[in-house]
Amino acid sequence: MSELKFDKTKCADCQAVACLVKCQYIDLDRNTAKQEWQKVINGEDSFVLEACTTCYACEEYCPFENHPFYLIVERQEEKGILPAPRPIVTMWINQCQPVGKFMVGKIERKALSYCYLPQFNALVKGKLFNGIASSVIFGQEFFCNAVYLHYARTSVIKERLPKVLDNINKQGIKELVCLHDECYGTFTSLAPAYGIDVPFKPIHYFEYLYERLKEYKERIRPLNIKVAYQRNCSARLAPETDHFVDDIFSLIGAERLNREYDRENGLCCAEIFRMAKGPKLADEVQRRNIDDMVRVGAEYCVFNCPACWDSLADKVARKGIKPIHMIDLCKLAIGEEQSLKLPALTVEV
Amino acid sequence: MTDIYEPLVKIVGKNYVSNQKEERYFYARDGGLMPAHEPDYVVLPRTTEEVQEIVKLANREKVAIVPKGAGLALTGLVIPQKGGIVLDMKRMDRILEVNEKARYVVVEGGTTQGALKSYLQKHHPDLRHSIPDSPPVATVVANVVIHGQGRLSHQYGFNSDMVSGLEVVLPTGELCRLGSCSVSSYWFSKGAPLPDLSGLFLGWFGATGIITKLGLKLYPCKKMRDVMVVLTDRAELVPDILLKLSHTEMMEDINVSAQPLPLRFKGTFWIMGYITGDSEDELEFKRQMVWGSLWDYFEKREVGLLSVSPDMKAPLMSMPSKDLTRFADVAKGGGFQYAGPITPIEKFPAFIKKLEEVAAKYQVFYASTTRLIGSGHCMMFSFSFSFNRANPDEMARAKKALDEASGFALEEGGVLWKADLDEQKMLMGKMDPNTLNLMKKIKQLLDPNGIMNPGNWEVK
Ligand SMILES: Cc1cc2nc3c(=O)[nH]c(=O)nc-3n(C[C@H](O)[C@H](O)[C@H](O)COP(=O)(O)OP(=O)(O)OC[C@H]3O[C@@H](n4cnc5c(N)ncnc54)[C@H](O)[C@@H]3O)c2cc1C
Ligand code: SF4
Ligand code: SF4
Repeated sequence: MSELKFDKTKCADCQAVACLVKCQYIDLDRNTAKQEWQKVINGEDSFVLEACTTCYACEEYCPFENHPFYLIVERQEEKGILPAPRPIVTMWINQCQPVGKFMVGKIERKALSYCYLPQFNALVKGKLFNGIASSVIFGQEFFCNAVYLHYARTSVIKERLPKVLDNINKQGIKELVCLHDECYGTFTSLAPAYGIDVPFKPIHYFEYLYERLKEYKERIRPLNIKVAYQRNCSARLAPETDHFVDDIFSLIGAERLNREYDRENGLCCAEIFRMAKGPKLADEVQRRNIDDMVRVGAEYCVFNCPACWDSLADKVARKGIKPIHMIDLCKLAIGEEQSLKLPALTVEV
Repeated sequence: MTDIYEPLVKIVGKNYVSNQKEERYFYARDGGLMPAHEPDYVVLPRTTEEVQEIVKLANREKVAIVPKGAGLALTGLVIPQKGGIVLDMKRMDRILEVNEKARYVVVEGGTTQGALKSYLQKHHPDLRHSIPDSPPVATVVANVVIHGQGRLSHQYGFNSDMVSGLEVVLPTGELCRLGSCSVSSYWFSKGAPLPDLSGLFLGWFGATGIITKLGLKLYPCKKMRDVMVVLTDRAELVPDILLKLSHTEMMEDINVSAQPLPLRFKGTFWIMGYITGDSEDELEFKRQMVWGSLWDYFEKREVGLLSVSPDMKAPLMSMPSKDLTRFADVAKGGGFQYAGPITPIEKFPAFIKKLEEVAAKYQVFYASTTRLIGSGHCMMFSFSFSFNRANPDEMARAKKALDEASGFALEEGGVLWKADLDEQKMLMGKMDPNTLNLMKKIKQLLDPNGIMNPGNWEVK
C-alpha cells in the first residue's frame, strides 16, 4: 500500500508554519499553529482536523512542498473523522466506482482526458482541438479520484488511482492533456506524494490551449474584456500552472482583474462546504467571492473547473457577470462560439 | 351477444367506433403485467349526451363498458375483463371553466394533466393544480378516480381530496351532479355542506359510473420554486426526517427515492423537498427553516444536504418528473408496474427491507419513490419494477415480486393503491364484512346489470 511521503523534519525547521497560519478558515497565530500542527504530525487529536474545510490551499501555502493537506486527510481517516456527513461520502464513493462503462475514442499517442466530467463533451469543439478531438478517454475508469481528499478517504484513492493509471497506460497514451485541472494535480502532486508512478506525461490543458492559440495567432481578435478568474481547489495542487492564465489572457486581450480573492488568496467555489459544514459557510464564501467580482467590475467570470461552473455559473450570471469556461473563452478569441452554457433552469411552477 | 356496432356508429359516427382487430388488440392491454383481454368495441365519445346514449345502449344489451383515460394506472384497470366496450375518453378534453376567485377548474372527463398544466400556465399563471408524476397524457379524472397523489399532496392530501364537484353518467344512463354544483352554478365543493356522494365514484375504478365533468381545486402558484435534496444512509431515520420536514410547513411536496442504479443512488435515500416563494428572500427563509429542522442530524453526520448542479436540478424541477418516466423504460421493452401501498410513514424501513428482499429473490430491477401525503398522515410507497415485455420470464418474476410486496404491505397495515384484480381480492379478503356488504349493495343499486368495469370491486 502506498504511503504518504511526509517529511516531519521540514516542519521542525519551519518557523512560519504557513500551512496553518495562512489558512482562510481556521484563525491561528503562529504559536498555536505550531502546536496544533505538531499534534497532527504526531497523530494526536487536534481541532484542526475537524475545522478543516478541505479547501486544499495549504498544499500551496507550504513553501517546502511537504503536503500538509494530504497529511490532514490521512489523519482524518485514521481517526474516523467525517468531514462531510456519512451518506454524502457514501454517495461519492459509489457514484465514481469503476464499473466498466467508459468511453474511449480513437486513441493516439497524445490524448485528451475528460476525466468523469460530461461537460467536456460540450466544451471540446472547434479548431483548438483539431487533430486530437477524437483521441479521448472518459468515464469512472479514468476518473482521477482526488475528490476523496474532501471526504477523508485517501484509502479509496490509494486503491483506485493505480488502476486508473494502468487503464490509461493500457490505451498506449504517452501524453495526456488533462482537461480537468484536478487530474493534472493528481498526476503531478498527489500520485508522487504517495510514491505512485505515473507512466505517461501529464499536460495541463492551460498549456495545451496556450500552445494552440499561438498556432492560431493571426486569427485572434483581442477580446478587450475584464475578467474575474475563479480559482478552484485543485489549482492548489499545481500552482505552477497559474502563470498560464496570465499568458493566455495576455494573448487574447483579457484583463485578469486584480481582486482580493484571486491568486494565493483565491476562494474556491465553496460547494464542498455546503455538504461538509452546512449552507451558511458556503453561502457566505460564495457571496464574498461574487461581491468581490462585482466590486472590481468584472464582465466575465472565467472558470477553470466544471464543478466550479456547476456551483457558481448561475450565481454570477444573476449578478450580471457572464460565466465562461477557459476553453470557451479561448474559442471566443478565435471567433468561435461559447458552447458550455447554463441549462434553461426549469424554474417553472 | 347482439352486435351493437351500428347503433354505436349512430351515436358517435363511424370514425369514432371500431370493432377492428388492431384497435381491439391495442385496447386489450396496458403497460403493466395483467393479462390482456380484448374488447369487442372501442368507442370515443365527444359529448356527455353521447356517453349517456352509449351507456343506455350497453345497459339495455347488458354489454360491459370500461372507461379509459390514458391507461397509465398500469394495473389492468382499463383491461375489459368481459369484453364489451372500452370507452376512450380522450376526445372529451375541454377545460370548461376556471374560477380564479374561488380557485377551481371544471374539466371534461378526458382532459389530460399536460393540457391542464399548460392551460393554467398560459391563462392563469397564479394558479396550479396538484399534478402527478405520470406522463402528461394521463387524465385528470382517472387520477382522482384512483385516488392519485401529486405535487401538492403533502400540503393538501390525495388529489381526490381536491375534487370540488362531479358530473356523472350513472350505469343506467341518468346524468347526475354531485356537490355544490348540484344546487348552484358554482363548483366549489364536492360535498360539504351536503351529504358527500362523491365517495360513490371516487376510488371505484369506473365500476359505478362515468365521470363526464370534474371540478378540481386550484392553489396559489408562486413565482419561484426550488428543490432541496437531503441524503441519509439509514432507512430507520427516514420517518423522523420526513416528520421534521413536514413540521416546518415549508414544503409543498416531499419524496424519497431509493434505487440501486445509477450508482450515485446506491446505499443512500434521497429525500427531495420542494419549496416555493414569490421572492428570493421567501425562498431563502424557507431553505433556512428546512435546513434548521435537520441540523442535529447533520451535526451527527447522519444527514447531508446535497449540492445540486444546474444540470441535475433541471430534471428534478420538471413536472411531471422526466426521471420517473425514464426509469419506467430502463429495462427497455416498455414494461413497468408498481405497487404503491398507502401506509403510515413509520413503515418506511420495513418496506425498504422488503423491496430489497423481493428484488433479490425474483431478480428484478427495482426503484422506489415515496410521496408524503398530507402532513405526514401517510405515504405512498412504491415497489416499482421495470421489465422487458418481450421477456415473459422477466414479466412473471416481476409479477411475483409485486404480489409478494403487496401481500407484505397489507400485513403491515398498509392499504393497496390502484389495486389490480388480484390485489382487490386481497383487500376484500381482509375487509370488514359489513363494509364489504355495503359496497356490494351500492354496486347493485347503481349498476343492477353489472355492466360497469366488471371484475373490479366485485363482491362475491
Ligand atoms: C411513470 C409513471 C409515474 C406515475 N406517477 C404517478 C404519480 O405521481 N401520482 C399518481 O397519482 N399516479 C402516478 N402514476 C399512475 C397513473 O399514471 C396516474 O395516476 C394517472 O393519472 C392515471 O390516469 P390515466 O388517464 O392513465 O388512467 P387510466 O389508467 O386510463 O384509468 C384509471 C382508472 O380510472 C377509470 N376511469 C378513467 N376515466 C374515467 C372516467 N371518466 N370516469 C370514471 N372512471 C374513469 C378507469 O376505468 C380506471 O379504472 C404514474 C404512472 C407512471 C407510468
Ligand atoms: S507543512 Fe510546510 S508549512 Fe506546514 S509546518 Fe511543515 S513545512 Fe511548514
Ligand atoms: S485544507 Fe484549507 S481549510 Fe484545511 S487546513 Fe488546509 S488551508 Fe485550512
